Amino acid sequence: MAHAASQDHHDDHHEAPSGFFRRWFMSTNHKDIGTLYLIFALLMFFIGGSMAMLIRAELFEPGLQLVQPYFFNELTTMHALVMIFGAIMPAFVGLGNWMIPLMVGAPDMALPRMNNMSFWLLPFAFTILLSSFFLPGGAPAGGWTMYPPLSIQGGDSIAFLIFFVHVSGISSIMGAINIIATILNMRAPGMDLLKMPIFVWTWLITAFLLIAVMPVLAGAVTMLLTDKYFGTSFFNAAGGGDPVLFQHVFWFFGHPEVYIMILPAFGIISEIIPTFSRKPLFGYKAMVYATASIAFLSFIVWAHHMFAVGLPLGAELFFMYATMLIAVPTGVKVFNWVTTMWKGSLTFETPMLFAVAFVILFTIGGFSGIMLALVPADFQYQDTYFVVAHFHYVLVTGAAFSIMAAVYYWLPKWSGNMYSERWGKIHFWLSVVSVNVLFFPQHFLGLAGMPRRIPDYNVAFADFNMISSIGGFVFGATQLIFVGVIIHCVFFAKKKATDRVWEGSKGLEWTVPSPAPHHTFAVPPVIDDSQLAHGDVTH
Amino acid sequence: MAQQGAYYVPHHSVWPIVGSVGLFTTMFGAAHWLNDQGALGRPMFFIGLAVVIFTLFGWFSSVIRESIKGNYNSQVDVSFRMGMMWFIFSEVMFFAAFFGALFYTRVFSVPWLGGEGHGLFTHHYLWDQYAPAWPTNGPGDVGGPFSTVSPWGLPLLNTLILLTSSVTITIAHHALRAGRRKQLLVFQALTVLLGATFLYFQAHEYMEAYEHLNLTLHSGVYGSTFFMLTGFHGLHVTLGTIMLIVIWFRCAKGHFSKENHFGFEAVAWYWHFVDVVWLCLFLFVYIM
Repeated sequence: MAHAASQDHHDDHHEAPSGFFRRWFMSTNHKDIGTLYLIFALLMFFIGGSMAMLIRAELFEPGLQLVQPYFFNELTTMHALVMIFGAIMPAFVGLGNWMIPLMVGAPDMALPRMNNMSFWLLPFAFTILLSSFFLPGGAPAGGWTMYPPLSIQGGDSIAFLIFFVHVSGISSIMGAINIIATILNMRAPGMDLLKMPIFVWTWLITAFLLIAVMPVLAGAVTMLLTDKYFGTSFFNAAGGGDPVLFQHVFWFFGHPEVYIMILPAFGIISEIIPTFSRKPLFGYKAMVYATASIAFLSFIVWAHHMFAVGLPLGAELFFMYATMLIAVPTGVKVFNWVTTMWKGSLTFETPMLFAVAFVILFTIGGFSGIMLALVPADFQYQDTYFVVAHFHYVLVTGAAFSIMAAVYYWLPKWSGNMYSERWGKIHFWLSVVSVNVLFFPQHFLGLAGMPRRIPDYNVAFADFNMISSIGGFVFGATQLIFVGVIIHCVFFAKKKATDRVWEGSKGLEWTVPSPAPHHTFAVPPVIDDSQLAHGDVTH
Repeated sequence: MAQQGAYYVPHHSVWPIVGSVGLFTTMFGAAHWLNDQGALGRPMFFIGLAVVIFTLFGWFSSVIRESIKGNYNSQVDVSFRMGMMWFIFSEVMFFAAFFGALFYTRVFSVPWLGGEGHGLFTHHYLWDQYAPAWPTNGPGDVGGPFSTVSPWGLPLLNTLILLTSSVTITIAHHALRAGRRKQLLVFQALTVLLGATFLYFQAHEYMEAYEHLNLTLHSGVYGSTFFMLTGFHGLHVTLGTIMLIVIWFRCAKGHFSKENHFGFEAVAWYWHFVDVVWLCLFLFVYIM
C-alpha cells in the first residue's frame, strides 16, 4: 500500500523492499503479509459473493430459471467453502498479522518466514478448489460439510476438495502457531497478559482453537479420501463403520471453527466500542474469561449440529444443555459492550456504526441459535431456511460486519489517509438495511418449512424469496462501494490521518506514525498503562 | 543484519513461495492421479514432492546458517520452541481424530449395528444375522474373513525397540550437554538404527498381514482403523528417522554446542511424541 515512502522511520538495518516480486512474494514483513491476506480475503468475498448472487437469482421466483439443479448444489457448496476458508478466516488472519505486533509492541511476527508461507499456501489451495469447477462432473456438490456417503458418490472433485482442505489447513495451523508464538513471546516488557488489548486476547484463544481442530478436520477428510479411493470402511455400515462417525469428527472441528470465525470479531468490537464511547471497556477481565469459556464450551457442543441423526436421548440432552450454556458468556459480552456505551460520549463514525449494528444483529443470530439448540424445536427447524438465516446473521452481520468495522477503523493507520466518511456511511446504511431485507425473511421461510439447499420451491414461499433476493442484490452491489472507499482512501484521498486517528483511541498501535512505517518497534516500546485501551484493570 | 541482542527478523526469503508451489504441485498431482489421470498426476506429484524436499533443505540451511552466525538471541530460541511445541500438539490432535474413530466404532457403532440400544432398526431391517464383536469387518464381511496380529510377537518387540530408542536419544542428549562427542554420535546412531529396525519389522508385519492373515486395508472397519493408525504412525517414524539422520550429520559437523542445540531437542521431542503414540497404539489397537 502507501507506506513505502516512510522507510526513513525505521531504525534497523533491513533494506527497503525493492522490486514487486521481492516485496510481495518473498516478504517477511507482517504488514505486507497482512495486506496480502486482506486483499486475498476481499477477492474471495467477491468470488463467494457472486455465487451467492447466482443462488439468489435462481431463487428469485419458483421454478428452474437460470441454473441446473446440480450446478445449484455446486454453488451452495462452493459459496460456503469460499466464504469460510477464503474470506472470513483469511481476513481475520490478515487483521491479526497487521495489528497484533503493533498492539503488543513486537518488531514483527515471531516466525516471519513461516508467516509468508501461511499466506501463499492459500491462493494455491483455492486454485485446487476452484479448478474443480472445470472437472468432468463439476465442483463438489454435496455441501461444504462433505457428509458421506453423498460426498464420495459424486465425481472426481472430492479429491480436489480434500486436498484443498489439507493445504488450507496447513496454512491455518502455521498461521495460528505464529500468532500464538507472537503473543506469548513477543510482547514488549510490561505488556502483561492481562494488559493485552482484547483483540489480541481473542486471537490468542482463536489460535489455540485452530491448532486444536484443524488437524481433526484433516483426519476426517483423510478418512473420506481412503473410503473413496483405498477401500476403507470408516463410514460404511456394511464394513462395520458408520456414516454418522464422519459427522461427529467433522463437527468436533466444525463447532470450534464457528468460534474461530467469531472470537476475533468479538475482539474487534471490543476495541472499537470503547474508542467511540470514549470510555474504557467495561469488564475487561470478564471479557477475557468469557472468551475463554466460549472456547472451552465449543469443544463439548458439536452434536447440536446433528440432533436429527438419531443420537441417544442422553446425548441429545447433554448437547442441548451444553449449547445453551454458551449463551451465558456471550451474554456477558453483549452486556459489557452495552455498558461500555452507557453514559459514554458517543460518536458514530463508520466503524462505530458497524460495531453497533454488530451488537444488535449478532445478538439476533445468537437468539435464533438458542432456538435451534432446543432439541424438539430443532427437529422442526433443521435443514430449513431458518438455519440459513441463523448462520448468516452470525457470519454476515457478525463476522463480516466486524471485518468491515475493523477495516474502517484501522485503514487510516495502514494507509495514512482518512477514508471518505460520507461514502463509508452510505456503505453502512445500504448494507445494514439490505442485509436485513436479505436474511430476515429467511426466518419466516424456514419456519414455514422451506428446505435449504434446494433450487426450486413451493409457490407458497414465493413472496419472501423475492424480497430476500432483492435484499441480496442490493447488499451485493453495495459492497462495490466498500471497494471504492478503500481504493479511494489508499490512493486518492487528500485528508491525511493523524497518528492517533480517532479522538478516543488508545493502545500502542496509535503511537506509531500513520501510515505505520514498514518496520515498527525494532526497539521494544515503554508501556504506559494509561495509554492502554482498557484503562486500569486493577479495579 | 540485526544488531546484537535484537530480535532477528530475517531478510526476504524465497523458500516460502517455492515451498507453496511445491506443495500445490504435489497435492494437485495427487488429486489427478487418484482420479485415474496418472499420466498427468504422477509426474506432477513427484516433481512437487522434489520441490518440497528441496525447499526443506534450502529453508533449514538458511536457518542453520543464521543460527551459526549467532543471529538468534534467546527470544528467537523461545519462538522456535513454541513453534515446535504447538506443531506437536497439532499432530496429537491429528492422531486424536483416528483414535476417536476407533473408540466411537468400538464403543457405539458396532454394538448398535448388532441391535443394541437405539440403533435397533438398522440391525432389524438390514442385518439381523449380525452379531457384534471386535475385531469385525462388519455385517457385510467386507474384505473376507481375516485374523489379527498377535500383540505379543513383533508388536511387543517393536514396543521395546521404541522405548529403548527413547532411552538412547536421552543418553545422546546428556552426552551433548556434557560435551562427550563420541558418546553423542554413537548413541544418536543407535537411535537411528532402532528407528530403522522398527520400520523394518513394521513392514514385515504388514506383509504378513496381507499375505497370511488376509488382514488388509479392505478388511472392514478393523482393517481401516488398524492400517490408518499404524500407517500414519509408521509415516511419522519414517519422518522422525530421517530427522534423526540429519541431526546425526549436524552433530558430526559440530553444529551444536553444549548450551545451544535446539535442533537436536526439537527432534528429540518429536521422537518422544511418536513413541507415546505407539504406546497408545499398542494398548488400544493391538492389546485391547
